[in-house]
Amino acid sequence: MSTGKLDKKNGEFAHHFNDAEHEYVSSKEGVWIFLTSEILMFGALFVGYFIYSNLYPEVFEVGSQSTDWRLGFTNTIVLLASSLTMALGIYYCQKNDKKKAVMNLAATVVCGAIFMIVKYFEYSHKIHEGWLPGQWFHGDTQGIENLPLYFSFYFMMTGLHGIHVLAGMGLVTWVAIRANRGEFGPHYYTPVEGVGLFWHLIDLIWIFLFPLLYLV
Amino acid sequence: MAEHHVIPFSTYIKVFSALIGLTFLTVLTAKGMDLSPFNGAVAFIIAACKAGLVMAIFMHLKYDAKSNSMIIFGSFGFVMLLFIFCVLDIYTRIPVESTL
Repeated sequence: MSTGKLDKKNGEFAHHFNDAEHEYVSSKEGVWIFLTSEILMFGALFVGYFIYSNLYPEVFEVGSQSTDWRLGFTNTIVLLASSLTMALGIYYCQKNDKKKAVMNLAATVVCGAIFMIVKYFEYSHKIHEGWLPGQWFHGDTQGIENLPLYFSFYFMMTGLHGIHVLAGMGLVTWVAIRANRGEFGPHYYTPVEGVGLFWHLIDLIWIFLFPLLYLV
Repeated sequence: MAEHHVIPFSTYIKVFSALIGLTFLTVLTAKGMDLSPFNGAVAFIIAACKAGLVMAIFMHLKYDAKSNSMIIFGSFGFVMLLFIFCVLDIYTRIPVESTL
């Protein structure tokens, strides 16, 4: 039994799998199961948002006026573009084109950074106005007693999403470095696929957050 | 490892264009038209279409093992269960001052 690092690019696989395909399918299924835990976590926040916005419609109506849909729209386009470049990163691994794969993965990280910069401007505006969650709220309540409730949801949902974007940027950087070392090819790109699924999930959550926080 | 189904480049571009188009549509319907009380429903139906496209093509679910689709749709089912039971609880409560 070999003790060195497995040469997965050339078909080697961990000994507890039947073959390399089995290892690929199992790894991917593991990522999907992890994504379900993410959906359940964000799902609880969405359910909470729906119920509270129904119980206190005036809080959410006034609260949502604090968001600028143009910034949310920009971020939606940026994240959709990053999803495309992520998918193309995997596509070029499958096509064995290292240079284009690395370029697309790098573009994904850049889009993530643009998203976070826009988020920074949105957050600093809200912090400046005192529109903060719960007890930290010190802005104008505009006569609505429970207005801080909206900002509890806003900061919790976008904050948790933002942490995922940062984590995703780290992971995409990691696979981009490995791709640049030539570790992936048409027969082995499991880490790129797994990180890709995570990145698309971040996009998926934003697809629902955008209408919820900026439009409705 | 065997070669997998490679989705053509043109499909990725078409899906991306559709996603951008749907984003414009959602802004147009929410900001340009007054569809109340269906504003929320329209925005979320469009979001669900976008999510479907991302999952089917970008996340390769369309060409993937069916078990992965089952896993992810199972999680949506559990979120719906959470929603249904919370709604049943909250909207069937009788206020303490009720004369019922």
